[in-house]
Amino acid sequence: MEEVKLIEVKEDILADNLKTAAELREQLRRTKTMLINLMSSPGSGKTSLILRTIAGLRDHLRLGVIEADIESKVDAEKVAAQGIEAVQLRTGGFCHLDAVMVTQGLGELKAADLDLVIIENVGNLVCPAEFDTGAHKNVMILSVPEGDDKPLKYPLMFSICDVLLVNKIDYLPLSDFDLEAMRKRVLALNPRIEIMEVSCKTGAGIDQWVGWLKKEVEGFKNLK
Amino acid sequence: MHELPITEEILKIVLRHARSNGVAKVLSITLQIGKLSDLEDEWLQRYFDYLSKGTAAEGARLKIERMPLKFHCNACGHSYETQTADLGNLICPNCGEADNAALVSGREYFIKEMEAQ
Repeated sequence: MEEVKLIEVKEDILADNLKTAAELREQLRRTKTMLINLMSSPGSGKTSLILRTIAGLRDHLRLGVIEADIESKVDAEKVAAQGIEAVQLRTGGFCHLDAVMVTQGLGELKAADLDLVIIENVGNLVCPAEFDTGAHKNVMILSVPEGDDKPLKYPLMFSICDVLLVNKIDYLPLSDFDLEAMRKRVLALNPRIEIMEVSCKTGAGIDQWVGWLKKEVEGFKNLK
Repeated sequence: MHELPITEEILKIVLRHARSNGVAKVLSITLQIGKLSDLEDEWLQRYFDYLSKGTAAEGARLKIERMPLKFHCNACGHSYETQTADLGNLICPNCGEADNAALVSGREYFIKEMEAQ
């Protein structure tokens, strides 16, 4: 019987994806194309937010959208109806996008000619949080009807995002959603996160979000 | 939900180390997974058993070390562990400060070591 050896591995399980993501980020830095990864539960307003964002930025920036629906093409068609380039990724039942899938999508979009590409990730708060897509910024939406306890149930997602958009604030008067409690919970997980309150329905707060994004893209394009 | 692609990565890394160490059979693999991850241990093992058939890692047992959730108190600088269930009610055991802390560990996704022969 051969002797049992203990082999030190000490490797990150997701190292391959992290490497692909880092290469993609660097490649996009060279072509000055900023990539935003938008994540949330189903029905929290990802597509509505993208349509609002397009309306606010289309005169200033060249935009593209990568849609990741498991089956339908509904979201991509809504974006394309605005005259914005949209690519539908066939995730084949996958619960998330990874950096390889996003690289393919960017190729189809001819992203090198664009200033900003937004990924509409698969709607769920679990899996997309684990996979780096190569995006420069991670943005998530939490909508008021989902409840203020979501940071407790899906802490990883809240811990990895740069921006949290609290959507559907027009519902606040009808709900017991505690903004202050939510804010404390999120900041404990992620003290650097920016929290903005919006309503894609009424347009409240959209100027702040669009202004933030425009400034980020301009800063990104001025990087060497 | 994403155990399958994770398991594929684990197997790939393990087989690479098995080759470079010249071992024929992997007996166990120790993973370090942060408590913030939603991976299910049972499914990881099931997928691993399925994917590793016919490889040097067939039959290897996955040992999962759950890395604790640790916070750093912004008021007094003390570091403390907490449970996922207590995330909504963070209180520093040193100074009593509530809801004023930063996450320092709990997101690990690591292969630590493996036993092989």
